[in-house]
Amino acid sequence: MSLLDVENLWVKFPTRQGVVEAVRGISFSLGRERLGIVGESGSGKSMTGRAILRLIRPPGIVEADQIALEGQNLLDLTEKDMRAVRGERISMVMQDPKFSLNPVMRVGDQIMEAYLLHNKVGKVEARKRSLEMLQAVSIRDPERVMRAYPHEMSGGMGQRIMIAMMLIPNPQILIADEPTSALDVSVQRQVLNIMDDLVKQRGMGLIFISHDLNLVSEFCDRVLIMYAGRIVEVCDADKLHQATHPYTRGLLNSLPRLDQPRAKLEVLSRDPTWSEAPSVGGRA
Amino acid sequence: MSMIEIEGLNVWFGHGHDRVDAVRGASFSVARGESFGLVGESGSGKSTILRAITGLAPDWSGRVTIDGQALSGGKRDRAFFRKVQMVFQDPYASLHPRHSVDQVLSETLHLHGIPDIDARVRRLLDDVGLGGRFRFRYPHQLSGGQRQRVAIARALAGEPEILLLDEPTSALDVSVQAEILNLLTDLRAEHGLTYLMVSHDLPVIGHMCDRLAVMKNGEIVEVMDVDALRAMRAEHEYTRDLLSASVAPGAHPV
Repeated sequence: MSLLDVENLWVKFPTRQGVVEAVRGISFSLGRERLGIVGESGSGKSMTGRAILRLIRPPGIVEADQIALEGQNLLDLTEKDMRAVRGERISMVMQDPKFSLNPVMRVGDQIMEAYLLHNKVGKVEARKRSLEMLQAVSIRDPERVMRAYPHEMSGGMGQRIMIAMMLIPNPQILIADEPTSALDVSVQRQVLNIMDDLVKQRGMGLIFISHDLNLVSEFCDRVLIMYAGRIVEVCDADKLHQATHPYTRGLLNSLPRLDQPRAKLEVLSRDPTWSEAPSVGGRA
Repeated sequence: MSMIEIEGLNVWFGHGHDRVDAVRGASFSVARGESFGLVGESGSGKSTILRAITGLAPDWSGRVTIDGQALSGGKRDRAFFRKVQMVFQDPYASLHPRHSVDQVLSETLHLHGIPDIDARVRRLLDDVGLGGRFRFRYPHQLSGGQRQRVAIARALAGEPEILLLDEPTSALDVSVQAEILNLLTDLRAEHGLTYLMVSHDLPVIGHMCDRLAVMKNGEIVEVMDVDALRAMRAEHEYTRDLLSASVAPGAHPV
């Protein structure tokens, strides 16, 4: 059985100009695999991630036939039960560590807080686990990092700390929302490798949200391509470069490439029928 | 003759114990009409070189010559800004949120002392592919790509010969990035501009530039031309690392 099953998910925001539909009826499932979601900004990919964790606050509206985590519909849970799901069973790494770490709290206290919330253990035990976790994400000097404040960390370090914090409660599903787009290419690789190892070792399901097609095709098993709140194409990640939908092709062709010099880059011409066409099912 | 000539450039921030040497002994030259790239990871000093040229980083030593004129200190005269303009990384931060597109461009034209502002604003908007209907909009009514077009129009207002581009597309989607890069290619051909472009994205630099310098920890480790980059003939180990990190194994076509 799949870990997570999402059926007919809608995310809407009422505004003065009418209702904005950010996600329009998408269905997909996630097993113990790495699922990529790609699309431009505004295509609804981040909203999908947030809707799964029920992080969209009113007036935003989330509707779905079901968002089932191992058969349990998350939409039926109370807010209190939902808090037990967040972090412990599904956790999320956000885009920019600068905005997701508490700037006035030491890194160590933040990681320990994540562990203590979900486990009935003492501080000594939590500290030991935190140090282990920091080592697991390849931080060389964990003792020093535990005592430091977030502003003393570089972007790559911050993102690794975020990953450590999200993985310490040992969730079944990790949602990573553009975890590396604020990082340099060289650091990007390191962070991805760390995530990859942890996902494989622990048999987690990963939802990897990104706008970088090459990264996704290399790093994931399966890819959903989103456009205007719908899934326009689903394919195996290693076959992404043979994708057939004109939107996916357009995105791929608009990338400059070192091995194929061109005088002009191809510009995506949008076809209004793309956003009208019904969503493609994303079930494995 | 070269348009930009930089020799032994050092840039530092702070004094005494707090002194950080951001750029150390950088030298390169850019010919008239050439497009030159600076690549490296964050903190390698590539943007700092642009800031030193425009006078935004006043503590520097070495020799910087723009079109035969040597620069000094942190003050630049009006003639300098007629010749050199900069486009910044983040179009969300580089436009005044309470100035309309029209105000942004008219003020710039006024500062440059250009007459017939009304017609020029219209020409500028046409040049960057926006058209008249965007003229009285505010930045929050524009998408990221449209904002970057406004920032480019503002840089072009004084009819400069040199554009300093500081990661002009890193905040944009790939599809929008293609539009902006095409626009920059067209503008360079039309106006005979010289580009000095900073980016951490090697394929973008490979697409836009004729030659490039690779920076690491404030030093230029290698200057190479794009053909060498494409053929992956990097001399320095660091460049090879960057190259292998930028070319995804799955990215090759079928």
